[in-house]
Amino acid sequence: MIDIEKEAARVAEQGESAPRLARDPVNLPMIRNWLEALGDEHPGYTEVAPPAMVQVWTMAGLRGQRSPDDPLGQMMAILDEAGYTSVVATNSDQTYHRYLGVGEQLSVTTSLEDVTGPKRTGLGEGWFVTTRSTWWVGDEAVAEMRFRVLKFKPARKPEPRRREPGAQAIRPSVNRDTEYFWEGTRQGELRIQRCGGCGLLRHPPGPMCPECGATKPTYLVSDGYGVVYSYVVHHHPQVPGKQTPFVIALVELDEGVRMLGELDGEPSIGQRVEVVFTEIDDELTMPSWRPRADR
Amino acid sequence: MDAVIAGIGATDFSKDSGRSELRLAAEAVRAALEDAGLEPSDVDGLVSFTMDTNAEIAVARELGIPELTFFSRVHYGGGAACATVQQAAMAVETGAAKVVVCYRAFNERSGHRFGQVQTAAAANVDNSWSYPMGLGTPAAMVAMFARRYMHEYGVTSEDFGRIAVIDRKHAATNPHAWFHNRPITLREHQSSRWIAEPLRLLDCCQESDGGVALVVTSADRAGDLPNEPAHVRAATQGSGPGQFTMTSYYRDDLTGLPEMGVVARGLWERSGIGPSDVDVAVLYDHFTPFVLVQLEELGFCGRGEAADFVRTGALELDGSLPLNPHGGQLGEAYLHGMNGIAEGVRQIRGTAVNQVANVDHVLVTAGTGVPTSGLVLGRG
Repeated sequence: MIDIEKEAARVAEQGESAPRLARDPVNLPMIRNWLEALGDEHPGYTEVAPPAMVQVWTMAGLRGQRSPDDPLGQMMAILDEAGYTSVVATNSDQTYHRYLGVGEQLSVTTSLEDVTGPKRTGLGEGWFVTTRSTWWVGDEAVAEMRFRVLKFKPARKPEPRRREPGAQAIRPSVNRDTEYFWEGTRQGELRIQRCGGCGLLRHPPGPMCPECGATKPTYLVSDGYGVVYSYVVHHHPQVPGKQTPFVIALVELDEGVRMLGELDGEPSIGQRVEVVFTEIDDELTMPSWRPRADR
Repeated sequence: MDAVIAGIGATDFSKDSGRSELRLAAEAVRAALEDAGLEPSDVDGLVSFTMDTNAEIAVARELGIPELTFFSRVHYGGGAACATVQQAAMAVETGAAKVVVCYRAFNERSGHRFGQVQTAAAANVDNSWSYPMGLGTPAAMVAMFARRYMHEYGVTSEDFGRIAVIDRKHAATNPHAWFHNRPITLREHQSSRWIAEPLRLLDCCQESDGGVALVVTSADRAGDLPNEPAHVRAATQGSGPGQFTMTSYYRDDLTGLPEMGVVARGLWERSGIGPSDVDVAVLYDHFTPFVLVQLEELGFCGRGEAADFVRTGALELDGSLPLNPHGGQLGEAYLHGMNGIAEGVRQIRGTAVNQVANVDHVLVTAGTGVPTSGLVLGRG
């Protein structure tokens, strides 16, 4: 078991990494490439570089390696080893002290500012890692950046089961109001519509909030736990894609909305269940329920 | 209201009519006009269900009805039944038409069977929260309500069975009923196979081929006609909060039918009568549990008390609220509720095979679990 806080303290104690030199001085060809790539038509960048390019100058290149004393690299390796393997987005706050002129040679140093966690997020449990980098020309600090990343353990999702080929499941009709739900099941997420105006949770979803009238639905990702509110054991007639008898349960999710799904197991009202995702094909993944082990 | 039902007509009720749905519709409409003492040329309005495959103009062509000034359809399956009469009555009372025929005809057993999984219905986005999950038959959709109703009120499968036994008892003495001479016992109900637990085979209505038509006109016009008219004392539709078709599972409570509560309020308010004034109740009975819930929504007993109410014998022909004297859809035929309206008219006329004595008011309801409708019929 890795003690993340202890490891983080050790890395933080190392303080600032040794200055790492930019591969090239600030130069016009790279400035032009960058302006074109970003579609920036500002005519002023002939003598100085756009400030937002600062990180570009010290990038390690396509096959570059982090230096061994880089605190971000060290911390990522520690978290990978502890099972926090995933990143979806990062956050950078940069401060520029002055323009950088063509020909200036930069270097960068980085220190570990903070590691906080473990945090429960919609994506899974994770740690926020914050570093501070400073860019130098000689011993003059010219720019700084606070960089933050969530390294998380993807929420444990049961392996999707694949159906026997040829099973003809009834497919949902998907439209603009409902596609977020089916996109979610494909990603192993049970999404509940949440009004972007008043926050009302609603299932089945719709385009306009019946509480506040807003037409900006968002969603939250359900924890996937709930209680059986009612159920049916279906015997006759045959249902495409199902083997009779089978159970369909109306589940009240912990977030407060109800949702239908097949239940794999002996049903009873009040029973605790959790969501399971079954991949029907590349386009369709169906949510269903299974009894939840007592905790 | 000034409108009346002046004529009723039907085909035979069977499992295999051997003829087209249009022919069934035309036969039923012709029979209803003959019963009313009217000619096709008297008809200027036609109303049916959205689900009916027989276009108004097709029916008009077959009957030789030359001109129509009013034609309309009502949505939501069996929930449309009493609303066809409401449409017709409004047309008559506003002068939009003088004689309106309501009709419903289908080969629901030999042709397109509602009891099977309607794969095509999943094309409706609302149904995408139920059909793909395996909930794709009306029986299963009602069973979801029934299970919760049992859980909250301690109701049993036998309580559902008593409704089936009453309907079949009444059908047994109705020569037009599919289950004529075939009553059932509660034991037979209890040993019938599961369809969608907690519903057994004998909790589910049959599938039928046939057609029914009703002629609606003004009380004035009916004065010259041969049959005693059944006056439309009230006719209303009802939809409730968070309404879905068969799957209104997202409301706070699953033990009621709020849409039928809306209908009840409208009927009592407009007719000026209350539950205790009802002499015969023709309650929509595609599945037994919803008959119990209707008794509660309509105010014949309190919430959760319907099972006890039924055990008192109130629904027998000699009880305080005779239920479905024709045998209902469980016993006579499944004609999307239209045969129940025809029975209501016969009870008012005094010509039913299982005639209840001294009938002044008949209550008729339409499909349950869907946006629905209801009627109060009365004597002149």
